[in-house]
Amino acid sequence: MAASSLSFSPKTITSSPRPKTNPFINHFSHSLQFPIASSTSRAIFTSPTTSIVPRASSVISRATNDAASTNTNTFHGLCYVVGDNIDTDQIIPAEYLTLVPSKPEEYEKLGTYALIGLPSTYTTRFIDENETKTKYKIVIGGDNFGCGSSREHAPVALGAAGVAAVVAESYARIFFRNSVATGEIYPLESEGRLCEECRTGDVVTIEMAESRLINHTTGKEYKLKPIGDAGPVIDAGGIFAYARKTGMIPSQN
Amino acid sequence: MASSAISPTRTSSFINKKDFSRFCFSSTSQLSIHKCKKSSVSKKIVSVMAPQQSERSPATTGSVKTAMTLTEKIMARASEKPHLVPGENVWVNVDILMTHDVCGPGSIGIFKKEFGENAKVWDREKLVIIPDHYIFTSDERANRNVDILRDFCMEQNIKYFYDIKDLGNFKANPDYKGVCHVALAQEGHCRPGEVLLGTDSHTCTAGAFGQFATGIGNTDAGFVLGTGKLLLKVPPTLRFVMDGEMPDYLLAKDLILQIIGEISVAGATYKSMEFVGSTVESLTMEERMTLCNMVVEAGGKNGVVPADTTTFKYLEDKTSAPYEPVYSDQQARFLSEYRFDVSKLEPLVAKPHSPDNRALARECKDVKIDRVYIGSCTGGKTEDFLAAARVFLASGKKVKVSTFLVPATQKVWMDLYTLPVPGSDGKTCSQIFEEAGCDTPASPSCGACLGGPKDTYARMNEPKASFSLQL
Repeated sequence: MAASSLSFSPKTITSSPRPKTNPFINHFSHSLQFPIASSTSRAIFTSPTTSIVPRASSVISRATNDAASTNTNTFHGLCYVVGDNIDTDQIIPAEYLTLVPSKPEEYEKLGTYALIGLPSTYTTRFIDENETKTKYKIVIGGDNFGCGSSREHAPVALGAAGVAAVVAESYARIFFRNSVATGEIYPLESEGRLCEECRTGDVVTIEMAESRLINHTTGKEYKLKPIGDAGPVIDAGGIFAYARKTGMIPSQN
Repeated sequence: MASSAISPTRTSSFINKKDFSRFCFSSTSQLSIHKCKKSSVSKKIVSVMAPQQSERSPATTGSVKTAMTLTEKIMARASEKPHLVPGENVWVNVDILMTHDVCGPGSIGIFKKEFGENAKVWDREKLVIIPDHYIFTSDERANRNVDILRDFCMEQNIKYFYDIKDLGNFKANPDYKGVCHVALAQEGHCRPGEVLLGTDSHTCTAGAFGQFATGIGNTDAGFVLGTGKLLLKVPPTLRFVMDGEMPDYLLAKDLILQIIGEISVAGATYKSMEFVGSTVESLTMEERMTLCNMVVEAGGKNGVVPADTTTFKYLEDKTSAPYEPVYSDQQARFLSEYRFDVSKLEPLVAKPHSPDNRALARECKDVKIDRVYIGSCTGGKTEDFLAAARVFLASGKKVKVSTFLVPATQKVWMDLYTLPVPGSDGKTCSQIFEEAGCDTPASPSCGACLGGPKDTYARMNEPKASFSLQL
């Protein structure tokens, strides 16, 4: 049975038997081996509600949180709270899309416009006047964060602005996928509506190893869903960097 | 240094193409094969692969067929698997990659950075580059972005590049088309059974042709440029059955707004939306495109309308490439099914500020508006303008507010000036629009739909109530 038929979403129908050895041996003899085939990367574009997949070398077993504990990232700082359905026009209005993210100077410029499209009901600016980066390292959102356009400029702008992670109730698919592929931000999922529990300016800590968010200002703690296999991809700096780091493709020297 | 030289490899366990297609095709409904022999999958990029099955267990072959939906079948064929289920991550072979002036330069930048300055794209005929977003503007960066596309296309000898150089006169550019999703259809790049990816959320529009079409970001596109493949997760399918005779006061836009209002802007997140039923079968290709276009507004991954004689007829004069449609099996499993009696529906609007903020048009008849904009991939196609013309004709009056018309492509623009509007004694759309006091139809592009640079035609530079009559 093809090992690649592993499914990661806990809600789906099937769970094919998993291989005991890493089936994705990089046996290709030619220079471009593109990607993939380490089982650890297979989950990178799954929906955020994915459960952790054990490494291919482990025996068939249900996913456990231990697999996620390899991600020991901790983020600490101020949080900026937004609501539901924050769309890509609010994250980075279309008029700034002439900026090409792969050009370093334009990448920086994109960052300065992050969340500039939020309506005036958001009385606190995300980036202060005359600043180019945000002081809010963490963005907390509601449902369907990042909906709308496929513009990769959205997670890029947030990352360029200095955001380390977004914690939302749920994500729109293309935004989530782009966040992982670019490695710009960690798109974390909360259990419950953190956007109603936290307020802009609260000091928070995210401990990815423990899958939790601590709000120091209110003294409360919240469970997060583990980032799963998307974590290592973002750690490495995106899908291409991950592929090089894990030896799936040769490093450029 | 990563190079794009890929060695062709073959594995003996690759499923024979003939077996595969025999297995996949449902014996149910409609024409299952219009043209035989899909052109073989490019063997160039085979280094990206999941481990091949060394043997096929009996359940996947022979008389025991495992039912799949249309979307599942396309992804199965594209990933060279006999069967798959929602939730699986699979490597699909991409038939067409589309990009435009906003996301193209970034995708190209990533491609060059990751595969090398001298790398070549995986297939110069499968990339379709369509400048359409920020075209008729004096914004230097916007203009530069079209130049970046041109330089790349020349360097890579890209077959399909719909270039524009003379911004003052769109007609002076023989290759220029306009809005990418409409151009893709008009130029015969949408074919049943294929996988089409685009760096644009409304790439789902092409699902109207019974293919898997979805939007991706620059990084994913950069990846496809180098390899011709992408890792995608198989979505479960929501089925929308629409029956009943379509009243003449309804358009496909009303149908999709009905649906989005029903399931919300996140109702189809990570899912496929399949549109079937007698009403859908009665829709023209452009109306089906409108349906699939707004799948992303419901959060959907892709939308599909099964291919039929309407599809085949549309494609007759547009493409000679062979294609093989697929259809959902009778026993295929859908996440849920929604049924609509179209004869009971009324014209709808989506009120500010969300596509799911659905209201009956008649409930909004006293809302004052400042301007009207007819255009975009959703509402700027020929049939959209014909429908608008019929409304103006029936009313016989002049417009009370500025009314901007932006045909999606050069072909649509031509149609406005040449096609007779039914019931008008031979008048063209353009004549009717002129008599009604609308603005002259503008240069075809995305225009003000997404805003764009400040000097974009019909752009709102301060808050106003605009009735975006994207029909």
